[in-house]
Amino acid sequence: MKKLLIAFASLFPMMAIAAGGAPVPYKANIDLHDKASLERGLDLFQKHCSGCHSTEYQRYERVANDLGISIDDMRAKYILDGAKPGELMTNAIPGKEAAKWFGATPPDLTLVGRVRGEDWLYSYLKTFYKDSSRPFGVNNTVFPSVGMPHVLQDLQGVQEQVCKEAKDENGKVITDDVTKEPKMICELVIPKGKEGSMTPEQYDQAVKDITGFLVYSAEPVRLEREALGKYVLGFLFFLFVLSYFLKKEYWRDVH
Amino acid sequence: MMTMLKNLQGWIDARIPMTATYNRHVGQYATPKNFNFWYFFGSLALLVLVNQLLTGIWLTMNYVPSAEGAFASVEYIMRDVEYGWLLRYMHSTGASAFFIVVYLHMFRGVIYGSYQKPRELLWLFGMLIFLVLMAEAFMGYLLPWGQMSFWGAQVIISLFGAIPVIGDDITLWIRGDYVISGATLNRFFALHVIALPLVLVVLVFLHLIALHEVGSNNPDGIEIKKNKDENGWPVDGIPFHPYYTVKDIMGVAGFLIAFCWVLFYLPDGGGYFLERPNFEPANPLKTPEHIAPVWYFTPFYAILRAVPNKLGGVVMMGLSIAVLFVLPWLDRCKVKSVRYRSMFHKLNIGQFAVSFIILGYLGAVPATPELTIAARVFTITYFAFFFFLWLYSKNEKTKPVPERLTH
Repeated sequence: MKKLLIAFASLFPMMAIAAGGAPVPYKANIDLHDKASLERGLDLFQKHCSGCHSTEYQRYERVANDLGISIDDMRAKYILDGAKPGELMTNAIPGKEAAKWFGATPPDLTLVGRVRGEDWLYSYLKTFYKDSSRPFGVNNTVFPSVGMPHVLQDLQGVQEQVCKEAKDENGKVITDDVTKEPKMICELVIPKGKEGSMTPEQYDQAVKDITGFLVYSAEPVRLEREALGKYVLGFLFFLFVLSYFLKKEYWRDVH
Repeated sequence: MMTMLKNLQGWIDARIPMTATYNRHVGQYATPKNFNFWYFFGSLALLVLVNQLLTGIWLTMNYVPSAEGAFASVEYIMRDVEYGWLLRYMHSTGASAFFIVVYLHMFRGVIYGSYQKPRELLWLFGMLIFLVLMAEAFMGYLLPWGQMSFWGAQVIISLFGAIPVIGDDITLWIRGDYVISGATLNRFFALHVIALPLVLVVLVFLHLIALHEVGSNNPDGIEIKKNKDENGWPVDGIPFHPYYTVKDIMGVAGFLIAFCWVLFYLPDGGGYFLERPNFEPANPLKTPEHIAPVWYFTPFYAILRAVPNKLGGVVMMGLSIAVLFVLPWLDRCKVKSVRYRSMFHKLNIGQFAVSFIILGYLGAVPATPELTIAARVFTITYFAFFFFLWLYSKNEKTKPVPERLTH
């Protein structure tokens, strides 16, 4: 029995994957069944992101079918460059031009949901803050020294990073063990007069919509896969029970 | 109708030994009656092999083996090919499942002494299968042309550069270029879909022929052929068909439940079966933060990294696999099964399994000074298994072995 346990342990050789990089502060909690949310995400993505980022492994028609958008609506609202619905979503500026403007070609985002994960995307879009030392005047706590402007600034407003010394329950400043410098607790706040067109709640929802759309886009078949899985597993359980009794019947005369 | 079929059978049997071959390998193959859970994994490995061959054939119908087209063609399979996603996940999950069942199958051989005389050749064919399987998996992992495909191959191929004098020429010869490029991808594709599968199938055939020549070992590690009835049939043997065919069907159903659960609900295996950076196209100018081989190579990768010298690391990694080949000659004990061997042997096998699993973990995470020390300790305990086995097995205090199979 002990050896069996060892064998099973070898099936799961490692625990959680270490993502590396800056901490990811927020949970996205997206719902891929919420098609209205995914469509709002598509809308926001096409308006604010697709100027620079393509989703070139995905087709408009597939998105329309999966999200329950009619082809006419797709054409009218979301195809911005006159492409045919069956074409790939390559509606971005040419890579060479973009590299000239930003220093690097903005990456394709079809699969970013699988590369980064939903919580990272959600947190990333929420954590831009003012930093005049950066070329576009903004930085990001999840992706430090990011080479991209905050394209949703008009919606969110301009966040600023406010840091203060960390104190314990007695009001004493906590210092770092090695450097002896005070530990800082930072948070992002939107100063008065710098608000965007959305309330923080509306902005969170908007970012959640975009995240949902990108996670959908990274694996459009996910819902179909999970739905089919139920039937396959159901059949296999039935087969297992059946084969168990078949084996038992055949083995009755083996002693 | 029946007589027509009988006549057809007679007609064929007069020309090739169809019925005789069936009886020899299935219908009249005497199998020990006490196979336990561990004995499912051989047939399961065969099942996974067939799965890999079939899904592989269908994947090649839409895969484009070029640096420009490979990554996009995989996404084309995932999105535009009908049930392409299912074929691709069956193949990618199958790769990891292959190693899971093969590792368990090999461990079965270790605990019940299935490598011992007269099954040395059987074990050697099995080890060759393992070796070819590793090459097959390594080359297959380059084909999606993602970041980890590219950088993983970069790291592994550069290992050959540690060989003195000819090392650089060998890496150039393997890659067909000064860096990993479309040339490397094309040759890996050829080897992955034609050369190595052919070798694999031939080796599996030889493995089965060798098995049926000497007969199956069993959890008691005694030869059922030594105790035959008046008809020459082993008293503790049962025909493979129908007894083990129905039992293996049950094993297959159980395995498929686990396999399909991963396939449909966790196809990236938590980032271990399909690694996250591999959803980004290969970029020779951008090194990923942390390069780790796929989980089934990590025990050997940990041994490689544990040695401070690059050539030394490559040699130790090679030895860690090579030493398995000579296992039949390192173990000098006459008793096969762990059931009747000494406490020391039981503990030795236990520590070997634990070392292997911990090395697998250490090979997957970024190295730190503490973890490197741990990797060194478990590299030593990995090799210590073989050394101690050789040492104590000659005069080992064993328990009496039964005459007949127990359950």
